[in-house]
Amino acid sequence: MRILVVEDDPILADGLKVGLGLAGATADLVGSCGDARSALAAHDFDAVVLDVMLPDGSGLEVLKEMRGAGDRTPVLLLTALDEVSDRIRGLDGGADDYLSKPFDLDELAARIRAIARRASGRAAPLLVAGDLVLDPASMSAAQDGAEIPLSRREFAVLSLLMERPGIIRSKGEIEDRLYGWHEEVESNAVEVHVHNLRAKIGRTAIETVRGLGYRMRDAG
Amino acid sequence: MISLRRRLFLILLVATGVIWLSAVAWIYQVSRAEVEHVLDTRLQEAARMVDSLVAGHMPASPAEPVVIPGGETSSYERQLSCQIWSLDGRLIARSSGAPDEQLAGPAPGFSERVVDGERWRIFTVDDAAKGVRVMVGDRLGLRDQLIADLIKGLLWPTLLVAPLLGLLIWVSLGRGLRPLGDITTALKARDAEDMRPIDAGHAPAEIRPLADALNTLFAKVEAARQQEREVTAFAAHELKTPLAGLKTQTQIALAASDEEIRNGALRQILSSVDRTTRLVRQLLVLAKLDAGSLTMPVTPVSLGDIIDEICAISGPTPACRIVVDPLLYDRRVPTDREILTIALRNLHENAVQHSPAGGTISWRFTPDGFGVVVEDEGPGVDADELPHVRQRFYRGRSRSPVGSGLGLAIVEVASARIGWSLHLENRAEGRGFRAELRRVGNAIPA
Repeated sequence: MRILVVEDDPILADGLKVGLGLAGATADLVGSCGDARSALAAHDFDAVVLDVMLPDGSGLEVLKEMRGAGDRTPVLLLTALDEVSDRIRGLDGGADDYLSKPFDLDELAARIRAIARRASGRAAPLLVAGDLVLDPASMSAAQDGAEIPLSRREFAVLSLLMERPGIIRSKGEIEDRLYGWHEEVESNAVEVHVHNLRAKIGRTAIETVRGLGYRMRDAG
Repeated sequence: MISLRRRLFLILLVATGVIWLSAVAWIYQVSRAEVEHVLDTRLQEAARMVDSLVAGHMPASPAEPVVIPGGETSSYERQLSCQIWSLDGRLIARSSGAPDEQLAGPAPGFSERVVDGERWRIFTVDDAAKGVRVMVGDRLGLRDQLIADLIKGLLWPTLLVAPLLGLLIWVSLGRGLRPLGDITTALKARDAEDMRPIDAGHAPAEIRPLADALNTLFAKVEAARQQEREVTAFAAHELKTPLAGLKTQTQIALAASDEEIRNGALRQILSSVDRTTRLVRQLLVLAKLDAGSLTMPVTPVSLGDIIDEICAISGPTPACRIVVDPLLYDRRVPTDREILTIALRNLHENAVQHSPAGGTISWRFTPDGFGVVVEDEGPGVDADELPHVRQRFYRGRSRSPVGSGLGLAIVEVASARIGWSLHLENRAEGRGFRAELRRVGNAIPA
């Protein structure tokens, strides 16, 4: 999952980036409303973690603009204001979920998975394709009931492909999911990860569509 | 303090009494003069009448003076007494109540005299043709009694009316003061949160200024409380965010199997604790300044010594150099040392936070000697942010990672407390920010 974190506190922002990374997501950090607008305009994210009090305005403004422009990216609000009225204002303003600071990192990750899952139209928490089952919460994969050990990035590639089986994901899309802005992208990283995945889950599960990208072969 | 109603009652009662007594005194004077005049005229008339009735030839030497009888039915009728004397000094006749002793001397006209222990007013007529001297006298005691009766007649009803008047004044005052009572009742019934203005529209003109003043006070208190609430909300936000950071980093440190990630998280925890400690210290200083609980005696202090102390407490600043003008050690400024230290410390920390590596921070007096200036070589503050930097928790775009957003707010409050003022600007020459603390009114002595 690619997540935009809008948080101005450097230590918390760093914690979110590292922590969400440990939970299998890739987080990009911005610290102001202005930067959040530019990031949202330039990239697609699976979810946005939005702080309410930002140095150049309120996160609620950014949220309102997003919803006004038809952006349906799921948004989780983070705020230190925990009055009920603030929560209501946030949720009515178009937020999908709400967490008060300080929060539990695992709970945050779970809530992000939940709002991202709902946004993609799935109700079940597990990703299933044929005999493969992925559990995003525990970052574990199983084939025919037997657990398959996957690296964090292999898991990220596989879960992106399994979210919409049959849909072609370009190399760029996969790279976006794997790397934050400031990370060096190795030129053949995607090919290497797909090669390793095929070695673990079988050669036929992931299909290469020449010139376009990769997709999960439809079950059956 | 005596109640307003009682006070007004006493004033009104005394004033009414004084006016009444003055009126009585005046009436007494006027009546007395009038009564004297009327009675004197009667005395004169009576004397002439008696003289005209005296026969031409009175007995030359009667054995006994003739006593003319007169009714003595009432006290006032005994008032007049008459004597008829021959010019050679024999008493020819007298009225029944008159004494035998001669009432007056030989001079004609009005005279006063004490006869048999009683004061008399006498009119004497000499009639040379008839050879008689007629004296008609009036007991002055009776005259006084007449006037006293007149005044008593005036005073008795007054004494009866006075309690009624007092009651009337008391009740009227009660009614007149009712709007004040209404406001008092309304205010008493309020709880501490209720800062709604009093309805001054129906209040009488005298009470309206009071109601307006109270409403102004309510508005001020409400504004102060609103600000307090905002500051508390901000403080909660500013504390919860670093706490969230701490918790997140701690969870990472616990969960990470990678040594590098764990160490990174621990380093972040350490710096977050430092930052939060400073924030808490700043909040406490601000709370103390707001509460006014910091008051120290005014003593002559050396600014240079204070700056040295601050540098020692704040620890080394390897990235920048601090230059203190020697004059700051020599001149002593009379002020509250503790509060000035708070102001200077926050200016110092501000300058250090924004100073670039290798930059210089310089402290010196202003050329006119009225203030102390600190200049850094940092990025300064954008013109549009300059008006806001003193606001609590305002952290501009060029925020430093350890800034609490409280530093300049503290400097502002602290300097105001000791009668100094804070001036902030970007340095005119070159890069950097300039903060100046000025003593209002007084020059720093040379």
